[in-house]
Amino acid sequence: MPLLAARDLCLERGGRQLFTGLSFAVLPGQLIQIGGANGAGKTSLMRILAGLSRYGFEGQVERNASLLYLGHHSAVKAMLTPRENLAWHVSGEGVYSDAVIEEALHKVGLYGYEDVPSHALSAGQHRRVNLARLYCSSSPLWLLDEPFTAIDVAGVGELEALFARHARLGGAVVLTSHQRLGVDHPVVPLDLDTGIAP
Amino acid sequence: MWTFFHKLGSPPWLYGISGSILRYLLPVTLIGLAIGVTWGLLFTAPDFRQGNSYRIIYIHVPAAVVALAGYYVMAIAGAVSLIWKMKMADIAMKSCAPIGAALTFIALVTGAVWGKPTWGTWWVWDARITSMLILLFLYLGVIALYEAFDNKAAAAKACAVLSLVGTVNIPIIYKSVDWWYSLHQPASIKFTGESTIHASMLYPLLLMIVCFYALFTCALLMNMRGEILNRERRTSWVRKLARGGDV
Amino acid sequence: MSAPGTAAFCLRLLRRQLVLAVRRPIDIGNPLLFFAMVVALFPLGLGPAPDTLAEFAPGILWIVALLSNLLTSDGVFRSDFDDGSLEQLLLSPQPLYLSVLSYICAHWLVTGLLLALVSPVFALMLNLPVAGIAALFGSLLLGSAVLSLVGGIGAALTVGLKRGGMLISLLILPLYMPVLIFGSAAVKAAVTGAPAGPYLAILGAMLSLAVALAPFAISAGLRISVDA
Repeated sequence: MPLLAARDLCLERGGRQLFTGLSFAVLPGQLIQIGGANGAGKTSLMRILAGLSRYGFEGQVERNASLLYLGHHSAVKAMLTPRENLAWHVSGEGVYSDAVIEEALHKVGLYGYEDVPSHALSAGQHRRVNLARLYCSSSPLWLLDEPFTAIDVAGVGELEALFARHARLGGAVVLTSHQRLGVDHPVVPLDLDTGIAP
Repeated sequence: MWTFFHKLGSPPWLYGISGSILRYLLPVTLIGLAIGVTWGLLFTAPDFRQGNSYRIIYIHVPAAVVALAGYYVMAIAGAVSLIWKMKMADIAMKSCAPIGAALTFIALVTGAVWGKPTWGTWWVWDARITSMLILLFLYLGVIALYEAFDNKAAAAKACAVLSLVGTVNIPIIYKSVDWWYSLHQPASIKFTGESTIHASMLYPLLLMIVCFYALFTCALLMNMRGEILNRERRTSWVRKLARGGDV
Repeated sequence: MSAPGTAAFCLRLLRRQLVLAVRRPIDIGNPLLFFAMVVALFPLGLGPAPDTLAEFAPGILWIVALLSNLLTSDGVFRSDFDDGSLEQLLLSPQPLYLSVLSYICAHWLVTGLLLALVSPVFALMLNLPVAGIAALFGSLLLGSAVLSLVGGIGAALTVGLKRGGMLISLLILPLYMPVLIFGSAAVKAAVTGAPAGPYLAILGAMLSLAVALAPFAISAGLRISVDA
């Protein structure tokens, strides 16, 4: 059974057809990269898949697994520390011990920053707080909208390795990025006009 | 049943059928209004206490009644739009608001005009007048909220939620204003007792109320047709219509 | 790891909101300061005669409390909308109804509750007879919770709009009116020696209704705003 299935998605914005009749399924073990130019509707599609957009499009999305969506906004509160932020982010999903939270922060390179107020951190570090969720998540399906924004080269490499590992363990990752992924796992391209090539 | 629902969701069908309804309803409404106004203003006896000034009742009461009903029509359309995601319900709801606001405004202005000879003042903080004023605010809130959104699909949903919230609140507001007024009612203003209206005055009033409902329906349909054309302006059927074709 | 209980999640949310509020104490202080300043305007506008002020005090205090609540309502969801926290909340498997209630509860604790606590001071400044103070406190306590819930609806509907501030007043002030009527009536009744209990009971009824229904409207509003 696919983790997520989209059927006949059509979206029109400002009188322009962004995509029409888009159907595809996300299977366990897949690493799907959505391509397309700026303004092609990648973010809109991600929001539809996540369930944040419920009106203004046609078609159905069937979700069979819990999902984790990371969008353009980091959801990091400036007045909270990375530790508090992450603890809050994951609290809807499960009960995590402080050790797990701390380890996840270390994995994204925030060692030593755990208890610094987030307003003192850079945009890239906010992004990292956000991405630390991936290390705690039990959701099989990850929907990541431009996860590499503001992340340095070493960080991108680690993320790619994480995505490949998640896919090999039976999860699936759907991401948008203009970057070519350097992973030792097949990357399935998803085109907004033609869908996933068979 | 479902095919009817399906048809109701189709803009060309709704545009066509509303055109046919209007073709008959509009003339009948206008004739009815003309009869009602003439009857009420010229052929009924003057009130023994208020003289001729009471005749404004033939505009005031129907406007107030339909203004209130219009809010419920709007809220029901909003509920349909939220539950069944029907675009035509969005359009109906959006089209209700300005008509309802206009009727509420008419009721308030005629009330003021009536108040001057009867109570000696243009405005009295009477329970009904205050409630109508709040109703006007509720309508204007819906219109303002709709205009504030760029995304019109979201605007319609937001207005639907707001009008449903308003529906729950209207009885509460009415009851509290009513109670508030009975607590503060100044002794100098005397009201005529309930249901003392004579039958000869009542019939033209009932006719006017029915005609105002019909007028509301006509205005709603005309508003909706305009909105349908505006939203569907890029589709082939509207282009064909614009070239003088048939729906 | 185990699935968290809903109650634990809501308490966490409540604590987070309170921590955020405490770390920006100015946001807690501003509404109180606003309350103090607007109360100070009335003697300047109406004249300092103690009798006049005493007569108008219940209405003045209630209207100012209402306005100060209105000003803070706009911000309930604003920062969480701007930084994406709201998206995550909508996607979380927890029931939104209760999450929303936690937000409103936090808002009430740092606005309505504090306002009710300091209101006796301002009541004395406006020469409100001492007999009315308990009723003022009680009615503000109950009434401000209703205002927070109703204000939350307006906040949820306008949170996605760039200029929501003025609009939210248009949307929710008409809905505030019943609370104002019964809130000030409770105080007036107590001042004249009549029992304030019935009015407080009506405010309590309004609060029950608002707790039952407002979170649905707020949830729907948030979903629409995040969608737009």
